[in-house]
Amino acid sequence: MAEKLHFSLVAPEREVFSGEVDRVDAPGAEGDFGVLAGHAPFMTALREGKVTVVNGAETRVYDVQGGFADVTASGLIILAEQVVDAA
Amino acid sequence: MASLKEMRNRISSVKATQKITKAMQMVAAAKLRRSQDAAQNARPYAERMASVIANLAAGVTGDGAPRLLAGTGSDQRHLVIVAAADRGLAGGFSSSIVRAARERIGTLIAQGKDVRIITIGKKTLPPLRRLFPDRILQSFDLSAERQLTLSVAQPIAEQIIRLYEEGETDVVTLFYSRFQSVVTQIPTAQQLIPAQLDASSASPAVDLGGAAYEYEPDEEAILETLLPRNITVQILSALLENMAGFYASQMSAMDNATRNAGDMISALTIQYNRTRQAQITKELIEIISGAEAL
Repeated sequence: MAEKLHFSLVAPEREVFSGEVDRVDAPGAEGDFGVLAGHAPFMTALREGKVTVVNGAETRVYDVQGGFADVTASGLIILAEQVVDAA
Repeated sequence: MASLKEMRNRISSVKATQKITKAMQMVAAAKLRRSQDAAQNARPYAERMASVIANLAAGVTGDGAPRLLAGTGSDQRHLVIVAAADRGLAGGFSSSIVRAARERIGTLIAQGKDVRIITIGKKTLPPLRRLFPDRILQSFDLSAERQLTLSVAQPIAEQIIRLYEEGETDVVTLFYSRFQSVVTQIPTAQQLIPAQLDASSASPAVDLGGAAYEYEPDEEAILETLLPRNITVQILSALLENMAGFYASQMSAMDNATRNAGDMISALTIQYNRTRQAQITKELIEIISGAEAL
């Protein structure tokens, strides 16, 4: 996998995660979705659930409550109301 | 002239005051660092939110736009929210915010607008209540909140949005102090409703490559939930900036106070020493002239 996706997970108090990753799975309001690099522009509300960040062999999981995901050519931004590191 | 004992008391009382101001200064410096971090950490969220909304709003124009964005089409009724500190001893921090708000309120009233005021913080209410006793709608006291989080800003935002939706107000402006550096805090007016979109905050390099944005659910629904949340976020970041500004201002006020106390102590000490010396000299003269007379 050559291209990486720029992903940032932002909570109101701080930026929880920011960096280049392979894939992010998130719980959209109308169904879970996965984002890879070069995804079409897309925006959705999020419901409560887990955001999974995959980078190589490393996987991180966050519990996210409410918020938005915004996919643009420059990457994926998740604005979450509450983020808990589920590790 | 004051007696030596009185002067000694005076000096020790100034010294005690100096100790207090010194301690307050150090406490403020420690809290400043923490609140400055908090304000800085909250910035990405607010910025991203603004750019997401700006992106969205560019697509939604005309009749479909939510009222929080488009406004009511009138600007007759203004709601002014003034956020300042809960505590004093911070130099001109609260009064500079209140002054900025007061000037704006005065202009609006002179233009024949209907102005209502909501205050946040204990130090905001008294001066405004004195000037505009029947325009105060509500006041929030956050002095009991230990940490500023979204849940603190939420009730304020809900109240504002309710007033707006009930048609009680057309334009909502928030006054707070923007934290620029430890020495400068700028009293700032920020318009919350209708949402002010800085076109430059829309992410500039969004090259959609011909592809259309896809929305789930549709654009209006997303904007509809995003805009109220944006108000909450804006209030929260204003409160955080205020907090940092307050401690910065308190720190420099207390620094000044400590220095003044130091100046005062040295002036008093010189005066005390002179008086004491004069007394000794006087006693000596009395003894010598007494001896000479024999």
